[in-house]
Amino acid sequence: MSMTITEKILAAHAGKSGVEPGEILDVKLDVALANDITAPLSLEEFDKVGAKGVFDPEKVVLVLDHFTPNKDIISAENCKTIREFAHKYGITNFYEGGACGIEHALLPEEGLVLPGDVVIGADSHTCTYGALGAFATGVGSTDLTYGMVTGTLWLKVPESIKFVCHGKWQKWVTGKDLILHIIGRIGVEGALYAAMEFHGEAISTLSMDSRFTIANMAIEAGGKNGIFHVDKKTEEFVTGRAKRPYTVFESDKDAKYREVHEIDVGKLELQVSLPFLPSNAKDVREVRNVAIDQSVIGSCTNGRLEDLGIAAEILRGKKVAKHVRCIVIPATPKIYRTALDRGYFEIFLDAGCIISPPTCGPCLGGHMGVLARGERAVSTTNRNFVGRMGHPESEVYLAGAAVAAASAIKGEIAHPEEVL
Amino acid sequence: MILKGRVWKFGDNIDTDIIIPARYLAHTDPKVLGSHCMEPIAPDFHEKVAKGDFIVGGSNFGCGSSREHAPIAILALGIPLVIARSFARIFYRNSFNKGLALLEADIVDRVKDGDQLEIDLLAGGIAGPGIDVVAKPIPPFMIELINEGGLMNYLKRRLEARA
Repeated sequence: MSMTITEKILAAHAGKSGVEPGEILDVKLDVALANDITAPLSLEEFDKVGAKGVFDPEKVVLVLDHFTPNKDIISAENCKTIREFAHKYGITNFYEGGACGIEHALLPEEGLVLPGDVVIGADSHTCTYGALGAFATGVGSTDLTYGMVTGTLWLKVPESIKFVCHGKWQKWVTGKDLILHIIGRIGVEGALYAAMEFHGEAISTLSMDSRFTIANMAIEAGGKNGIFHVDKKTEEFVTGRAKRPYTVFESDKDAKYREVHEIDVGKLELQVSLPFLPSNAKDVREVRNVAIDQSVIGSCTNGRLEDLGIAAEILRGKKVAKHVRCIVIPATPKIYRTALDRGYFEIFLDAGCIISPPTCGPCLGGHMGVLARGERAVSTTNRNFVGRMGHPESEVYLAGAAVAAASAIKGEIAHPEEVL
Repeated sequence: MILKGRVWKFGDNIDTDIIIPARYLAHTDPKVLGSHCMEPIAPDFHEKVAKGDFIVGGSNFGCGSSREHAPIAILALGIPLVIARSFARIFYRNSFNKGLALLEADIVDRVKDGDQLEIDLLAGGIAGPGIDVVAKPIPPFMIELINEGGLMNYLKRRLEARA
């Protein structure tokens, strides 16, 4: 029976030779992840059910990345509880302090998620790992507790939607622009409950960093997972990081898809998604006279080296507009150090940027860059919902690093050409 | 099970940042979470809503983050049920896991705030002023899970049987 990559991974983890969309499976997990805002509820359930341990201390990953460095007493208390839990149950992959990065950049970097894996995480952007050819999906804290204790979880096999991307990328255009364009095309529930599978020569030429960005935002179209095939770039990325064997799965040529979308990336311009939905995607050239107060370059979506490199290229020798706070957030300690070694920090500091430690902070209006009433940010993050970055009457415009950097210089939403 | 209550109407794409803004996520106390439910678009919702009332929404209700604080906040206000045209998938699982019932039915354009509805939960029957519809059936697997007393009760029994 012909299957998609998603169906094959789920079948293999359920001990079945074939599965179909709609089937409910009890699936074995390779990784179960939680962070400092979802773990506390999960640990409450863990205690309530009387669990005596986790299914595998090496496969449970706890990352304190959201309200850290601890923003207030209650956040500090939560981190303390999680730390004690990690000690008590011997969780080897517990990340905090100087070892901590934004989870969805950190786990692939550390080789904790690999091609062919099934990963659940109590964080909706867990779908990021699909860039590695893994099945990864977000769950709530209760499902995570179940997964953490038993090493399994029930999952419904999703239908798949295929996105075939052709053409040659224009200057500055990255995976962020493609995924914003796709969400604009299919809508915020265009892939509801479905797997989003990415194909085509334009994907082969795309960096791993951009693939992570695309998979990351599958949830913004309602997707259960986003997924890519393993190629040379994936193998290069995984080599030296993987500490265990992994399996490469591939969709069959005659696999069934709910829809197929063709996209010519050659025609794709830099995108900006206007408040208050990620689907409000427009060409940046159509977004005129939108003054900003803040520019955020970071997050699990766009806090990787490619993003920081693009920002540095645009900000080199330039100044951030006087009234704008430009906050740069390298997503992990390794990215932070490499950006430093490459001289990006000097560029950012000379330009007047703020360099933040790795944290999810401002993306969800947590800390380190919260917006006041009436303020407006351009941000490389993933959500522009009402009040997402602070006051309910503030606004977030989503974009990639190129637009965020150019806008920081101009003081309004801008194409890099306007400032270079 | 028959439920009776008043309607609180919301639109499409009610995301989890609306249901419970992220700045409150360090809290796990249902009371605290409930007191900020829907705050960005309806700051007094938590005061006006009464135990047993229902939320009626449009498409993609509960989209956004995986935060289980969202169904917890709704439940904390005594709301036992959300009816919407469609639900985001993580919110859907979380709600059933927490004991918040969800029914998929397209009634949002036919109700107004304060309308009295009578719900036959398992049959999916929804009756009110000018409305007599049957919601999309709750999937059999979810019914089984409900009959088990929810995922955590199922897990608890599994662990006890092992011990």
